[in-house]
Amino acid sequence: SSAAMAAVRGRVLLAPLGARLRPGPRAPLRSAASAPPLYDVVVSGGGMVGSAMAAVLGHDIHFHDKKIALLEAGPRKEYNHMPDSYSNRVSSISPGSATLLSSFGAWDHVCSLRLKAFRRMQVWDACSEAMIVFEKDDLDDMGYIVENDVIMSALTKQLDAVADRVEVFYRSRAVGYTWPLPSHSCHTSPWVQVELADGRRLQTKLLIGADGHNSVVRKEAEIRNIAHQYDQSAVVATLHLSEATDNNVAWQRFLPTGPIALLPLSDTASSLVWSTSHDHASELLAMDEESFVDSINSAFWSNINHSDFMDTAGAMFRSAISLLKPSGTAVRQLPPSVAKVDPESRAMFPLGMGHATEYVQHRVALIGDAAHRVHPLAGQGVNLGFGDIACLAHHLSAAAFSGSDLGSLKHLLKFETERQRHNVSLIAATDVLKRLYSTTLAPLVLLRTWGLQATNALPPVKVRI
Amino acid sequence: QLSLFRFMVKRPFSTSHSSVDSKEMKKFQLLAHKWWDEEGEYSALHSMNDIRVPFIRDSLLSMSSNYHLGNPLSGIKILDVGCGGGLLSEPLGRLGASVTGIDPVEDNIRTADRHKSFDPVLAKRIQYKSSSLEEIVEESMETFDVIVASEVVEHVADLETFIKCCSQVLKPQGSLFITTINKTQLSYVLGIVVAEKIMGIVPEGTHEWEKFVPPEELEHLLESNGFSVKTVKGMLYNPLSGSWSWMESTSLNYAVHAVKSGARGQSRPTDALSETDIQQRSATAGTAG
Repeated sequence: SSAAMAAVRGRVLLAPLGARLRPGPRAPLRSAASAPPLYDVVVSGGGMVGSAMAAVLGHDIHFHDKKIALLEAGPRKEYNHMPDSYSNRVSSISPGSATLLSSFGAWDHVCSLRLKAFRRMQVWDACSEAMIVFEKDDLDDMGYIVENDVIMSALTKQLDAVADRVEVFYRSRAVGYTWPLPSHSCHTSPWVQVELADGRRLQTKLLIGADGHNSVVRKEAEIRNIAHQYDQSAVVATLHLSEATDNNVAWQRFLPTGPIALLPLSDTASSLVWSTSHDHASELLAMDEESFVDSINSAFWSNINHSDFMDTAGAMFRSAISLLKPSGTAVRQLPPSVAKVDPESRAMFPLGMGHATEYVQHRVALIGDAAHRVHPLAGQGVNLGFGDIACLAHHLSAAAFSGSDLGSLKHLLKFETERQRHNVSLIAATDVLKRLYSTTLAPLVLLRTWGLQATNALPPVKVRI
Repeated sequence: QLSLFRFMVKRPFSTSHSSVDSKEMKKFQLLAHKWWDEEGEYSALHSMNDIRVPFIRDSLLSMSSNYHLGNPLSGIKILDVGCGGGLLSEPLGRLGASVTGIDPVEDNIRTADRHKSFDPVLAKRIQYKSSSLEEIVEESMETFDVIVASEVVEHVADLETFIKCCSQVLKPQGSLFITTINKTQLSYVLGIVVAEKIMGIVPEGTHEWEKFVPPEELEHLLESNGFSVKTVKGMLYNPLSGSWSWMESTSLNYAVHAVKSGARGQSRPTDALSETDIQQRSATAGTAG
C-alpha cells in the first residue's frame, strides 16, 4: 500500500545509526587452536545473485589475497551441455547486467551457450487500444532473454576459475548466525559466527545475505521486512510459435486478471510468464495442451475487454497527441501466435512484493530478493540484484584497497543509501502499476490508457524506463 | 616483558631528551578502552583513515614500481609512532605492510594487541611495543622503510629530538609521514574552542594550542635534519558528516610527506626521479659534511 511505501521511505531517511548496532547473542571466546576458519566474506545463498556476488569479489584485484566462502544449500549442478529443450525459468537481462557479467568473464560463457537479444518491447492494455513501445534509437539491444540455468552455468565456470580465493560449500545450509557486539568487549569474538546444518562452523568479517525473499540472514539479523503477498501466481511455460519469425520483440499485455508476457527464446520459441489469479493459474496448469495454447492466443488477440467508450476515448487522446507530436504514436505490431507448448514445461509459483527496511547492519549486507522482491511485470527482478552486486562490490573493493575492516558500517551504509534510492522508486512504481492494471473500473482504465499513451509519446520518460 | 621493564626503569629518570610528555600520557590513559568504538571519542580519528591511508598508500606506490596484487604495501616495514589503539596500524597491516606500533601508554598497547589478536593475518603482520621513540632507536638503526607519526607531534615535548630519532631509525630514502595541527588563530577557535569545548569532537583537554606546530616550522626542522619535504597538504574535518577531506589551506590540520636523503645500501627499483629530486640530491651532496 502507498502508506507502507511512505513508511519505508521515512524509515530509510531517518534510521539512526545507533539503532543498527543491535546486540545479538554473543559468541564465546575460543582459543586460537579451536577457532573456526575465518573468512573475509561469506555469501549465504548460491542462486544467480549469490553466485555472481562471490564471483565478482573473487575476480577483484583488491581481493587477491582474501578468503571468500559461498554457502549453497543445494548440490552442485553440472552444466556440461544444455538440453535441446528450453528451461521454463528465464530472466530478462538488462544491458547493465550484461556489462556486470562480462566484467568477470561470465557473459562470454552465456553467449557461447544460448540467449536471445530483443530490440523492442511492446506493452499494451487489454481494455483499450493504449500501447507503449520501447525501442532503442541506436538499434542496440534492449535486453536479453536468458535461461536461468545458462546464467548459473556461466557463473559456476567463473567461480571455478577463482577457486583458490572462493570456496564454494555445496549442500551446506546455514542454520544459525551469531552477531558480534559492535564495540566488542575483549572476551567476545568480533566476527560473525555461522553454523551449518552438519555442525560445521565458520567465522566471517562480512556476511552477505543472498538467500532469497524468505532470507534467513535477514530474519536472524532482525531486519524488518515489509512484505505483501499478491493475490496472483505466475504461470510459466515454454511455447512454440506457429511460424518462424525474427522474434526480437518482448510482448506484454495487461489483462484485467494480470499481465501476460511472451519473451523470445529463439526464432521459433518463446517463454511465457502469465501473472493471474491463483484459481485461474491452477486452471491453466490443469487444462489440456490445446486449450492452454488457445487461452494464450486469445489473451493476446481478443478484444473482449474493449468497450466502445474506451475505444473512443483512447482514439480521441491519440489524435490529440498526433497534433502536438506527429511521431508520438508508434506502429502497432502484432504478436506471434502460439502453436504448441512444451510438455512438462508448465509450472506456477506465487507472487509477492517485499522490501527490507535496512539493507545493512554491522558486518551484514543483504542483496537481491533478500533485500527486495518485485512483481515480474517489470522484468526487473534479477537486474535489481545485479545492480546491488555492482554497487556493493564497488564499495567493498575501495574499502579493501584502503585497508578498511570489510564489515564496517561506514561503507556498507553508502551501498544501502545508493541502492535504496534506486530500488524504492522502482519497486513502488512496479507495485502501483500492478494495482493500476488489476482493474476494469472505467476511470482507472482511462487514466492508465492516457498515461500509457502519453508516456509513449514522451521520449525522456521512456528512456529512463 | 623486557621492554616493559626498561620502560618502568626509564620513567623516573625521564630527561629533557625524551620526547614523551608524562602529562600527555595521563590524558590518553583514561581513554584507552575507547579506541575501537567507531562512533565514540575517537570517531574523528577513525574517519581520518579515509584520507590518511590512501595518502600514505599512494605516495609509497608512486615511488615504487613493484606492485603485489591485493597487498599494495607488501614488503614495506612501517613504524607507527604513537599508535594508540592501533587505528592506523591495522589498515596498513591489511595492505600488506609489516608494522611496528609503539606508544608510551601501556593500556593503549594492551588494547591494540587485543584488537589485532582476533585476525590471524594482522596478528602476524603487526607488532606492538609499549615504548617511546628514543627507547627503540639503538636497536632499530636504519630499520624502517616508513615512519608514520599521525596526530603525534602536537603532543611531543621536544620536536627536534623527535625528528632526529625518526631520521636515525629510517633507512636512507625512507619516507616520513606526519599529520598534525597548525598553530593559528583559526586552529585555536575551531580546534580547541569548538572541537573540544563546544562540539566534543575531541575529548576536552586533548590538545594544547601552545604545542601546535606551524607547517613552516615543521618543514624547517625536517630540512635541517636530513629530510626533503615532498608534499604538504591541508586537511579539513566536517563535523556534520563526520568526514575528512583535503584542502588547499594548511591553517587547520595538515599532512606532510618527507623523504630522508642519502644513498641507499641496497638498490630498490624506483621510478624515474623527478627533476626536483635530482636537484635536491646534488645540492645536499654538495653540502654534506
